[in-house]
Order: sequence, then C-alpha cells, then structure tokens
Amino acid sequence: MSFNFTEENLEKIKQEFKKYPVKKPVVMKALYIGQEQNGFISNEVIKEVADLLDMPPEEVLGVVTFYTMYHQKPMGKYHIQVCTNVSCMLRGGYEIWDKVKDKLGIENMMVTDDSIFSLEEVECMGSCGTAPMIAVNEDYYENLSKEKVEEILESLKHTN
Amino acid sequence: MEKIVLPDIENLHQIDVYVENNGYKAVKKAFEQSTDDIIDQVKKSGLRGRGGAAFSAGLKWSFMPKTTDKPKYLCVNGDESEPGSFKDRQIFEYNPHQLIEGTLITCYAIGAKVAYVYIRGEYHKWIDLLQKAIDDAYEKGFVGEKMKETFGTEFYCDIYIHKGAGAYICGEESSLMNSIEGDRGYPRVKPPFPAQNGLWGNPTTINNVETITNVPKIIEKGWEWYAGIGEPKHPGTILFGVSGHVNKPGVYELPSGTLLTDIIYNHAGGVPGDKKILCVIPGGSSMPPLRGDQLDGVKMDAESLRDVGSAIGTGGIMVMDEDTDLVKVLARIAHFYHHESCGQCTPCREGTGWMEKVLKRILNDEGSSSDLDLLISIANNIEGNTVCALGEAAAWPVRFTIKRFRDYFEERVKKEITMPVKNKVHSMRQTAFPIADITK
Repeated sequence: MSFNFTEENLEKIKQEFKKYPVKKPVVMKALYIGQEQNGFISNEVIKEVADLLDMPPEEVLGVVTFYTMYHQKPMGKYHIQVCTNVSCMLRGGYEIWDKVKDKLGIENMMVTDDSIFSLEEVECMGSCGTAPMIAVNEDYYENLSKEKVEEILESLKHTN
Repeated sequence: MEKIVLPDIENLHQIDVYVENNGYKAVKKAFEQSTDDIIDQVKKSGLRGRGGAAFSAGLKWSFMPKTTDKPKYLCVNGDESEPGSFKDRQIFEYNPHQLIEGTLITCYAIGAKVAYVYIRGEYHKWIDLLQKAIDDAYEKGFVGEKMKETFGTEFYCDIYIHKGAGAYICGEESSLMNSIEGDRGYPRVKPPFPAQNGLWGNPTTINNVETITNVPKIIEKGWEWYAGIGEPKHPGTILFGVSGHVNKPGVYELPSGTLLTDIIYNHAGGVPGDKKILCVIPGGSSMPPLRGDQLDGVKMDAESLRDVGSAIGTGGIMVMDEDTDLVKVLARIAHFYHHESCGQCTPCREGTGWMEKVLKRILNDEGSSSDLDLLISIANNIEGNTVCALGEAAAWPVRFTIKRFRDYFEERVKKEITMPVKNKVHSMRQTAFPIADITK
C-alpha cells in the first residue's frame, strides 16, 4: 500500500514552502492534505511527507500523535465531534453527547459498521456563546437541542 | 459607547466597506512616523495583552532588539482554545481587516518582515474568512511587496496563516512557535525569551488577535483617547464572552472596568428562571472562580479582579446557577487539563491525571474529606514546577474552587476514609474508620 500525493496536492504543498524559510513547518499542512487524500494518516503517508520535507519519519509521527485532528485510523464519512466542555455542559452538552451516542450506537472514537459516522468527544471548540454544539467534519452546528441533533443526523444519513 | 474592535458597521468584513470607514488610514499614518514613536504611543496608550497575562503590548514590542541582522517575526495568536473564550472568531468573521491593519503596524514597529497568524485547526470556516480578507488586501496592495507603491515606503511585510491541529497548549507562546516550526508543540524553557530567541532562533513577538486589532485605532485617534477609555490602569474596551446560565450568551464589547453584575444581568440578560448565581469564572476556565455572593461591585479589569482573588484571563465569563453540580464542573475542568497537558513536565502530566481521578471519585460519592486536602496538595505541587503556565492553569481552578466552596465540597464527601482495595492484607491496613478516631 504505497502512497503518493496527487499532482494537484503536491502543487499545494509546494505553494506552502513559500511561506517559511525552511521546509519543516509545512509538515502540518502536508499531513492535513495527506489525511484528506488518503482518508487517514497511514505509515505510508508519514513516509511520503517525511521524504518530501527531508525529515526523519519518526519526527513526522511525533507531530501526528501530538495533535488531536490527525487520525491514524480511518474515520467515518461524517466525523461527528461533540463538545462537552464546561460552557456546553452547562447548557446540555452531555445530553447531546448521549443522544448522538445512542443514535449512532457507538462509543467515543469508534466508527459505525457502514463507515458513515464516527464519533469523538472534543474539548472546547470556541462555541461557548452558542452552546451546545456539534461539528460535522469541518462544519459547526450550534444552539442545538436533542431534537435538532436527531434531525441533523437523520438528514446526513439520507443524503448519503 | 464607541466600539473599537467590533463596531456596528454592516459588512465591515468586506474590504471596500472597511476602506470607506477610514480603513488602512492608520497604517499610512504609522508609516509617516518613526518606529520608536509608534512603540511609544502604544506604550502610553496603556494597551495590555488580551490573551490572558494582560502584559503591556508596547513594552513587549520594545524588548525586540533594534540592532540585529537577524530576520524578525511577528506571531499573531489566534489559537483561542481556553474553555469559555470565543472572541477571536468574532474578529476573524466581522472585522478581519482591522486585524490585518494592526498586524501591518505591529510588523512595522518591531521591524518584522513576516507575520504568522496562528489559528486553531477547528476554525476551518474562520481560517477561510481571514484568508479571503488577506487575499483581498494583497490584491489591493495593502500587504506584501505592493505596499511600497501603495504607501510610498521602503517597508513591506507578508502575512501568512498557520493552521493548528487541535492542541490547547499551542496557545502558549513558545509552544506556538514550536508548532509553527513543525515540531511537537512543547513549550520551551524561558529565558531566553522570544524577543531574543524565537522562531528559528530569531527575535519574535507574539500578540493576541484582540490586542493587535486594537492597534490601528490607537494610531488613528491617538493614545490619549485610548487611555481615557475604561479603567486607567487597564484601558480600552474588552471583548467579554459570556456563556453558561445566562439568557443571552455572546460576546459583548464593553469598556474595561464594567461591573461584572452589569454584564451578567443587563447585557447578557440575567440568569434563566431568575435563579441565584452559585459561581462565576470571570476569565476562562483556568482562572479562579468567584462565589455568587462575592460578585457585587466586582469590576472587570486586571487590577480589580486581582484584588478579589481572580484574574481577567481572556475575558470569558462562565456563569453557573444555583442548581449547578460544581463537583461535575470541576471534574470536567480537571479532565480538560489532563487531556491537554503536553506531558513534558512530570508534575503537570501526572498531577492533572491524579486531580481528575480524585474528583471523579468525589463525583461518584466515593470521596472522603481528606480528598479535598489531597487535591489542594496536588495542585500546590504542580504550580510553579512546570515549564509553562499550563501547570498554573490546571492547579488554580482546583485549588481556588475547593478553597472558596469548601462547605459545598464537604457536603459531597464522606467523613470517613474508605479505601476499597482488593488485596486482603492491604485492605486490613486500610480498614474504614471514622476520621474522628485519627484526630483523637
């Protein structure tokens, strides 16, 4: 299972080189692009990024494991992130969390059998004023209630 | 009251609207003055950092070496991961050009050719919004090499966004620099300070997004004007993010020194169901909480809050009504810091985990009153023994919440020590006995 960046993605990474005096800072962006292309960050992605940036693969792995937004195993098509930190918790964040867990039938960091949904309990997402919230992949859904969450999950299921 | 950071002007995020409203005039005015003058004005204006430490922005800039051949850098900190704080995203969304203009003026003042705006990875939408604004500014010649023509100066600088990937600790300035450099986001030992040894070993200044956004108005209207707003020692307006049990949560831009009760009851619409307030955290989850009966007359500025035993932090006000389970809140906060500890320093890596475990024990009705002292002892052993301030951020809420709500916590713990241990010999030594027997 080898991994190579597409021409287009390679070009995106090359554009990033212009921002910094050295190559290494591009690692974060390159990993994002690799994750998007491959679905998750496999050892092959790490190797490819390391080769591209003249870094030892171990260092790239070190970056991958430090941040929560890089995933080393495949996630669902819709990655549901539920905030349960204090501001959300005070406004029913855990009720939302339980609802989503119940609805999807999976626990934290698990993927549904059909690979459509995955679930993650996340720390403060900066939506304290519009709590409670969930994020689906990159999009925020704010000011939620249990009913609204159910609607969102249903509609995602059907658009699939 | 005039708003400085988030004025009520429709579509201000569009470059044309911003320019119509005196946009990019302050930066032109700044280029006509010497860099020392700019730093001096910002110093005299009394502008203080909005990222938590409330340190004088002008003083910070003046630490940058004047005579050096090394390239200098500016980092604009938009990591914004402190629970309860959600102000920077408003700036990215509603007034990105003032942030860009402030970045240009700051770069000029400290002599930086490149500025990196570090934004947390979860803010995909806001990164796109700011990138759009930056692209527009490049196109109009306000940023980059075209600046030379537009403003008729020798100076120019570039602004890039660096996207984080989900780590609270990267809001700490040295950790932020490591993250930009492509390393794990471990904080660095200080000294050397960033002004001497920052990005790639070069002089670097790190300012919060909100701090930078204040700068153009100071240059435009003069430091005397700015120094006259709010509390003299901590002037200007502050973005207060109110969350939790209030009727109208949101970000309110108000002069520093506004009464906390005024913010909660008037601006944020009071507590739902007219319940009493049990506890307020005035500056984001890491700041010491205030009791509900302690709020009268408390003003929201660095000095006033310090006097009542808390701190302004990021201005994220979290309100909890009388029905809140405070143990649950504290356990959640402890969980957060355990999760976000980078693991570099033992007291923080281990201590945050211990605090979480003990608090979970209390939450499950298995705690004893000695647990409260144990928690305070762990907190005391973390504080001051770590490379960065996450140690304090983790220790403060635990220590001060227990100290200020001791009666509340005492009611939740048992008076006797019970140690459920499976090992028989061990359990004989740890048999449950009333605490009174020990103290006899």
